[in-house]
Amino acid sequence: MSDQSNAKRPLVEVKNLVKHFPVRGGLFQRVQTWIKAVDDVSFNVMEGETLGLVGESGCGKTTVGRTMLRLIEPTSGQVLFDGVDIFELDHNELKDRRRHMQIIFQDPYSSLDPRMTIGDAVSEGLKIHKVGNREQRHEMTLDILRKVGLEDYHTKRYPHEFSGGQRQRIGIARALALWPKFVVADEPVSALDVSIQSQVLNILKDLQEDLGLTYLFIAHNMSVVEHISDRVAVMYLGKIVELAPRNKLFSKPLHPYTQALMSAIPIPDPNAKRERVILKGDVPSPLNPPSGCRFHPRCPVVRMGHCDIEEPPLRELESGHFAACHYAEDYV
Amino acid sequence: MDTPARLSDEGEGAPRTILDVRGLKTYFYTDDGVVKAVDGVDFSVREGEVFGLVGESGCGKSVTALSILRLVDSPGETVDGTVTFDGESLLELPEDDMNKLRGSRMSIIFQQPISSLNPVFSVGDQVAEVLQLHEGLGKDEAWIKAVDLLDQVGFPDAESRANAFPHEMSGGQAQRVMIAIALALKPSLLIADEPTTALDVTIQAQILDLLRDLSRRWKTAVILITHDLGVIAEMVDRVAVMYAGRIVELSNVRELFKTPKHPYTVGLMESIPVLGQVKDRLNVIPGSVPNLINLPPGCRFAPRCRPRVENGLEICIQVEPDLEPLAAGHLASCWLYQDHDEV
Repeated sequence: MSDQSNAKRPLVEVKNLVKHFPVRGGLFQRVQTWIKAVDDVSFNVMEGETLGLVGESGCGKTTVGRTMLRLIEPTSGQVLFDGVDIFELDHNELKDRRRHMQIIFQDPYSSLDPRMTIGDAVSEGLKIHKVGNREQRHEMTLDILRKVGLEDYHTKRYPHEFSGGQRQRIGIARALALWPKFVVADEPVSALDVSIQSQVLNILKDLQEDLGLTYLFIAHNMSVVEHISDRVAVMYLGKIVELAPRNKLFSKPLHPYTQALMSAIPIPDPNAKRERVILKGDVPSPLNPPSGCRFHPRCPVVRMGHCDIEEPPLRELESGHFAACHYAEDYV
Repeated sequence: MDTPARLSDEGEGAPRTILDVRGLKTYFYTDDGVVKAVDGVDFSVREGEVFGLVGESGCGKSVTALSILRLVDSPGETVDGTVTFDGESLLELPEDDMNKLRGSRMSIIFQQPISSLNPVFSVGDQVAEVLQLHEGLGKDEAWIKAVDLLDQVGFPDAESRANAFPHEMSGGQAQRVMIAIALALKPSLLIADEPTTALDVTIQAQILDLLRDLSRRWKTAVILITHDLGVIAEMVDRVAVMYAGRIVELSNVRELFKTPKHPYTVGLMESIPVLGQVKDRLNVIPGSVPNLINLPPGCRFAPRCRPRVENGLEICIQVEPDLEPLAAGHLASCWLYQDHDEV
C-alpha cells in the first residue's frame, strides 16, 4: 500500500497555488486587508494513492481541497488534472471534467437536500452528466448504495430518516456514483462517533481498491490520517511545512511543528511514556502571518535572527521527504 | 442513603468519597416518547481524583453531569436516584442552597467556552463577579484576585488581558477564562464536559496540562467527560464507560486499558486508529446505538455484541445485567462474567 513505485504518475499537480480572501469593511465595503488562506502551495497527488492533508483549523487545508476542484477560484497558481489546467477551462469543459473530480463533505447533515430522496440525491450527478437511461441510472444508484452498505429500499427515504453514519455513507455514494478518478474527502469522519468512524474509514478504503480511486484526505486528526494515507502533507498557516511518505513522516518527523503536533495527540495507553512538546500560544491569524518562518513565534527550537527573517523553502531532505525548516538537518 | 463505606467500587484505604451517585435516572418526556437518557447510573468520585466518563454521543455522559448539578431543564427530569456530595443529598437540597453550592463547591465547564461567557462584560469582570457574589469581596479586591487567577490559568499579561472581551479571545483562551471562573472559589469538584473537544490538538494539550496541574495543586476532584479514549488514558485515575444511558464498565484507568472486559469497551478500543500502530483495517462494532425511547430488552449492547453470539448466550436479550465487581475496583455489567441460570 505504501509502496511508492516510480511507475506512478501524478494525477493532480498543484503548482504555486495561492488563495487570498478579501476582508471588506468600512462605509463603502472596500477591501481592507487579505486573509492569506493558501500561500504558494505545490504538491502532486499520485494516481491511486491517498494523500493526507493535515493541519489545525485555519491552516488552509479545506481551501486547498476546494480550490483544487475549482469550487473556489484561486488568486494565482495552477492545478493540472491529467495534465490539463482546470483554471483555464470554460464552463462546459469544467462541467465535463467535474465528472472525474468529486468531494465528500464533513457534515452529513447539511450536505444533503432534506427534500430529496436518497435515490434522487445519489443519481443526481448521473442525470446531470447524462449517463445511461433512467433504468440504467437506477441500477447504478442501487449498486453504489450497496457498495457503501445501504439497502435498496433506502432509495425512497429522506435524509432525516438516517443516522449520521448512514448519511455520511450516502454522501460517499453521491460522490462516487459517477466513478470519479479523484475524490477530495474533507474531514469525512470528524463529525462521526468513534465506532461509526471506523465503519466509514473501512468503506473508503474498500471503495478505493474497488474503483481505483485517488484521494486527497483532509483531516485534523493525525491518527486517522496515519491510518488511511500513503503520503501526508502537513499545513501550517497557509503553507505546507512537511510532506513525506506516511511511515517516514510518523516515524521521523523533520519539522518542529509536525513533531509538536504528534506529541500533542493523546494516546489511548496509560502506560505510554512520551516526551511532550507543549506549544505556547495560539495559531497566529492568517491576516497577518509572522515574518520569516510562520511557525517561529511558537517554535521550541527557534533561532532568532534567522528564523524570524528568512522564510524557509520546502526542501527535499531525504528521498520523498520534504520539510520547510532551516534546521531540519538536525533531525535527519 | 448509601454510606460511602458500602460502595462496591471502593478499594482498600482509598481516600474519602466526595461524590456518590446511586441509581440515577434522568428521563426526557418528548412528543415521541420517554427518552431514557440516564437510566440507573452508579459511581463515586474520591477526593482529589480525576474521574473519567467516556462514551459516544447520546450515551448519557453529559446528562449525568447536568443531573448532578440539577441543571436538567424541562422536558427532562431526574426521576430517581441519589446524589450525595460531601455528605449532603443534592437532589433534596432547596434551590437556594443548590445555587450557592454551584460555582463555589462544585462547578462545571463546557465544550463551547465562548458561548458560556457573557459577550458584554470583560473577562476580568466575569471572574471578579464570581468572587464578589460568593465571597463578598469588594470590587477592587475582587478585580485584583481575578487578575491573579487569570495569571494562574496561563495568561502571560493577565493585567491587560483582564480588560479583553470574550470575542477578542481564541477558543483556548476562552476556555482558560472558564477554568479561572470555575476554580475561582477552589471547589472540591469540577465537572469538565468535553472541555477540549472544540479546540485544536496543540491547544487541547495546553488546556489538559492546565487542568491536570490545577487539580493537583488545589486538590480539586475532576469529572472529565469525553468521547476521546486518548484523553482518558492521559488524564484520569479511574474511568466509567457509558453506553445507552448506563455504565457498562468501571475501573482504574490502567486496568481498563490493559484488560478491558465489556465487549463494548473492547470494541471501542479496537475501532480507533492509534498513532504509531498502523493496521490495514479497523475493527468495527456492527450496527448503531439503540433508540433510547425504545430500548431492547435485556442488555442494551446485546444486538451489537459478537461475544454474545459466539457464546450462544440467551440471557443477554432477556435480562439486563447489573454492574458487578470482577476484581478489586473493576466492575462490568456483562453476563459473560456473571453467574446466571440460562433461561
